[in-house]
Amino acid sequence: MSATATPDSASRKVQEVESITIRFAGDSGDGMQLAGTQFTNVSAVLGNDIATFPDFPAEIRAPAGTLAGVSGFQVHFASSDIHTPGDTLNCLVVMNPAALKTNLRDLEPGGILIVNSDSFGANDLKKAKYTVNPLEDGSLKGYRVVRVAIDTLNREAVKECGLTPKDSDRCKNFFALGLVYWMFERPMDGTLKYIKDKFGKKIDVLEANTRSLKAGYNYGDTVEVMPVQYRVAKAKMTPGVYRKITGNEAMAMGLVTASTLAEKQLVFSGYPITPASDILHQLADMKNFGVKTLQAEDEIAAVGIAIGAAYGGAIGITATSGPGICLKAEAIGLAVMTELPLVVIDVQRGGPSTGLPTKTEQADLLQAMFGRNGECPVAIVAPRSPGDCFDMAFEAIRIATQFMVPTFVLSDGYIANGAEPWPIPDLSKLPSIKVQHPTGPNSSNGQTHENGAGEPGTFLPYKRNELLVRPWAIPGTPGLEHRIGGIEKQDGTGNVNYDGHNHEHMVKTRAQKVANIAKTIPDLEIEGDQDGDLLVIGWGGTYGSIATAVQRARRKGLKVGQVHFRHLNPFPKNTAEVFKKFKKFLIPELNAGQLLLLLRAQFLIPAQGYNKVQGRPFLVSELEEAIEGILKS
Amino acid sequence: MATTALPTLKPQDFASDQEIRWCPGCGDYSILAQMKKALSTLNFPREKMAFVSGIGCSSRFPYYMNTYGFHTIHGRAPTFATGLKLAQPELMVWVVTGDGDGLSIGGNHLIHALRRNIDIKVLLFNNEIYGLTKGQYSPTSRVGTKSKTTLQGSVDSPIRPLSMAIAAEATFVARTMDLDPNHLTMTLQRAAAHKGSAFVEIYQNCKIFNDGVFEYVTEKTTKSDNAMFLEHGKPMIFGKDRNKGIRLNGLTPEVVTIGKDCALDDVVVHDENVENPTMAYLLSRFMCPAFPEAFGVVRNVSKPSYDELQAKQSADALAKKGKGDLMKMFKNDDLWTVE
Ligand code: SF4
Repeated sequence: MSATATPDSASRKVQEVESITIRFAGDSGDGMQLAGTQFTNVSAVLGNDIATFPDFPAEIRAPAGTLAGVSGFQVHFASSDIHTPGDTLNCLVVMNPAALKTNLRDLEPGGILIVNSDSFGANDLKKAKYTVNPLEDGSLKGYRVVRVAIDTLNREAVKECGLTPKDSDRCKNFFALGLVYWMFERPMDGTLKYIKDKFGKKIDVLEANTRSLKAGYNYGDTVEVMPVQYRVAKAKMTPGVYRKITGNEAMAMGLVTASTLAEKQLVFSGYPITPASDILHQLADMKNFGVKTLQAEDEIAAVGIAIGAAYGGAIGITATSGPGICLKAEAIGLAVMTELPLVVIDVQRGGPSTGLPTKTEQADLLQAMFGRNGECPVAIVAPRSPGDCFDMAFEAIRIATQFMVPTFVLSDGYIANGAEPWPIPDLSKLPSIKVQHPTGPNSSNGQTHENGAGEPGTFLPYKRNELLVRPWAIPGTPGLEHRIGGIEKQDGTGNVNYDGHNHEHMVKTRAQKVANIAKTIPDLEIEGDQDGDLLVIGWGGTYGSIATAVQRARRKGLKVGQVHFRHLNPFPKNTAEVFKKFKKFLIPELNAGQLLLLLRAQFLIPAQGYNKVQGRPFLVSELEEAIEGILKS
Repeated sequence: MATTALPTLKPQDFASDQEIRWCPGCGDYSILAQMKKALSTLNFPREKMAFVSGIGCSSRFPYYMNTYGFHTIHGRAPTFATGLKLAQPELMVWVVTGDGDGLSIGGNHLIHALRRNIDIKVLLFNNEIYGLTKGQYSPTSRVGTKSKTTLQGSVDSPIRPLSMAIAAEATFVARTMDLDPNHLTMTLQRAAAHKGSAFVEIYQNCKIFNDGVFEYVTEKTTKSDNAMFLEHGKPMIFGKDRNKGIRLNGLTPEVVTIGKDCALDDVVVHDENVENPTMAYLLSRFMCPAFPEAFGVVRNVSKPSYDELQAKQSADALAKKGKGDLMKMFKNDDLWTVE
C-alpha cells in the first residue's frame, strides 16, 4: 500500500496511500459481487484508477458456508496508473470461515482482516473444515484483525423494517460495505442511489439496505474500529469523461459502434455459455440500433445463423467460450471456404472440456489458429484489457468485412468480467468503416463465366480485388444470383471444381488474402527499452501484469522491452524487425506455451515461455521474478 | 416488394448453367423440374429467392437453380437459412434436405426451426437411405432394411418425418412424391404461399441404393389403394373405387368401406386448418398396409412468424427508445470527469 504520510494525517487519523487492494469474500449468497461492484463504482467516480477481479465459483449456490461456495471480488484502486487488480491484498473482508480459509493466503503480512465474527460458530467452522477456531488459536496474529459482529449489528440496524430474519441477513453485505466506505473515505451517495433505484418499489427492503449501509459506516466512525482511515487521492489520468467498463460490456458496445458506423445491420446469435453470455444479454437490449439477436438451439446453430446472416449482407456475429468453438469449427471452415465476413468471439476459460468454467485461461490460441480441417486460415485479434475489447471488437468487424474472412476475437474470463476506467470515445476520432456491395455485373476484365457465354456482363462471385478479396453480393440484388458452398470452387466463377491444381491455387489464395491483412494493421510498438537484453512478449488479457512487471524491472535498472500482440493472425509486418533488436525473449502466457510455439516456428527466435495454468491471472511478482531469472541465466 | 410489373418467368429461367450430377433415374430430377415450374407461377422476383442446403444428394439442389444459393454443411441448413431470413426478411428462403441430413445429423436444427416458425420452406427428400455415402441405412429406413451397415437388416425404429414436424409445432406440414408431378407442383406452391415455416416430406426414389421403396404408392396399379390424397373440407376417401374412407372410433382411426360399413357422412372430413394437431398426428402415423399413406397438406395453421415477431420487437424498441444513439450508450453508467 506504499504509504506516504501527509503532515496533517496524524491529527486527523488519516493516512494517505498510493493504492489499496481490497477483496470482499463470502458465501455465494452473501452478495460479495454486488459489494465489490459498488465499491468499484464509487472509487471510479471518486477519480481513482481501478482494476477489478471478480472470482466466483462454477456452482450458482454451492451449499452455504462451504469452501466450494466462496465468492470473491477484488478491487485495486489507486492514485497512480495501474494495470492489474493487485497481487496481494491490503485488506480482506471475510463473511465466514470458508472465505477466510480460501482467501487468507493472499493477504499481505500485517494486512487488515475484517471478520464477521458472528459466523464463526461450531457448525460454520466445521463446514469450512476448521478443527479449531482461527479467531482464537493465534493463527491470525500477523494481521490487523478487525472483528465485527456483523450479523448482530446488522439485524439490530434493520429490526424496525419489518423484514423476516432471513431477509434482514441479506442486507449484511451493505453493512460490511458501509464499514469499508468509512475505512477508505468513500462517500455513500452513489450506493444509496443505487439502492433506491434498485429497490424503489419495495419500501421495506429499500429502507433496510439503506440502514445497513449507514449503520456499517457509522459503526466504523463511532467505534473507530481502526486507528486510522486511509485516503487514496485521485489518479492523474488523461483528461476526459470516464466510466467504468467490463470487457464484455466493451465488446458489445464495440460491435454495435462498428456496425452503426458501417451502417450495417448486426445479427448476433449465441448459445448461453460462461463467461460469454453477457455479450448476448447486452446486445439483446440494443434492438433500436438495428441489432437482431437470437438465442440459438446450440453452438452450431448459433454460428450457422451468424454465417447465414453474413451471406444475407448483415454483420454476422457469434460469441462463446472454448467448448463452443469446438462445436463451431466445421461451420467456421465453411465461412473460410465461402469467404464470408463472420466475427467469432471466444471468451476463453480454463479447459480442456468443461474445465474451469468461471476461471480464466489463454489456451484457445492454437484452436483459433488451427482448429479446423484442411488449410483454413482465419484472422485473429485479442484485446489486452477490458476497455480494449471495444477497440478489438471494432477491429474484428473492420477486418471481417474488408477481407471477407472469419475473424476471431480472443477475450478471456479475466478481462471479460474485470473492469477498468474507460474514457468515453470521441465518435469523430473512431476509424471509419466502409462496406461496399456490388450492384451489377463485374466480369469486365475478360474473365468469362460459363453461363455468361453470349451474355454481356455476368457476375463473378470470386473475382478478387488487389487484396484478393471477393465481392460481398447481397441476395435480393437483381442480376447477381450466384451459388456458394463448401465444395472447392473455381476462382472467379465460384463453380464447383475438383481439380487438384485449382485447389492448391485456392488454398494459397485464401492464405495470401489473410496475410494481406497485415498491410492494414498497425506496426508492433515496443514499450520500455527499444532494444537490449530482453523482450517480454505477450498477448491478450495479460497485458496489465506484464506491463507492470516490466516497469518495475526497468526501475531496477534492467534493460527490458515489451511488445504485446493484439493481432495474432497475421502478425504485424514489423514483427521480425522488432525481434532483431533483442537478445532474449520471454513469453508469459496463461497456457502451456502457445504463442511461444507460433513465434518460434515462424520467426526462429530462441524464446522461452513463462507459463501458468491455475485459472488465475499472473501476479506481477511472479513475472518480475521470471524477468530477473532469464536475465541472470 | 416491387410494385412494377414483374417479368414473366418461365421454368427454364430458373435453370443454372451447372451440369446436373444426380444418377440417371433419380427422383431428384422430377423434384427439380417441378420446383422450376412451381416458382415460375409465383409472380415473385427470382433474385429474392434463395435455396439453402446441407450435405447429401438432395443438397446439391441449389447449384442447379439460377437463384441465390448456399450449399452448406451436413445437417445445418436450417440454421444458415434462419440467419439469411433474419438478415433479409424479404427473401423467400427454401431449405432442401434429406432424411440423413435433416433427421439424423441435423434433427435438432430442424425441430427448432419449425418450432420457431421462421418463414422458411423445408423440403425433406425422403429416400430412406444414405445415397451420397453409397448406401447406408437412414433414420427413416424401415425396420429390417439391409444396407452396408445393417447387413442382417436394421433393428431400430424409423422416425416419421411428419409426426416429428407436428410434434415440433410446425404450422404447415405436407407430403407429396417425386412421381406425381402435378401433386408435387401444387404442394410446392402451397408451401411457398405459407407464412411461417413449412415442412414438406417428398417421397423420393433413390434409383441406385433403394430403388422402388415407395413403389406401393407411386405405381398406378397400387397407388389409389395405398395413397390417400387429402383435400381441405373433403371426406378422407381413397381406393380404386373411391369407396374406402377413414372413420374415427374415439381416438382410433379405422378404414371403412362406404356403403357397406357406414355412410359417406361417417367419414372424417379433412380440416387442415384445425388448431388441435391430433388428427394431423393420426394421419402422420398412417402406414401401409394397415392404412393408406396420407398425401397433401396435413396441417396448415396460421401463427405470426418468428421473423415478423422479431421485426415487431425491433419496431417497438425503436418507438420506445428512439433510434440508437452511440453517445447515449457509452454514457449509460456513472460518469466522472478528469480535468
Ligand atoms: S444415389 Fe440415389 S439419391 Fe443419390 S443421386 Fe443417385 S439415385 Fe439419386
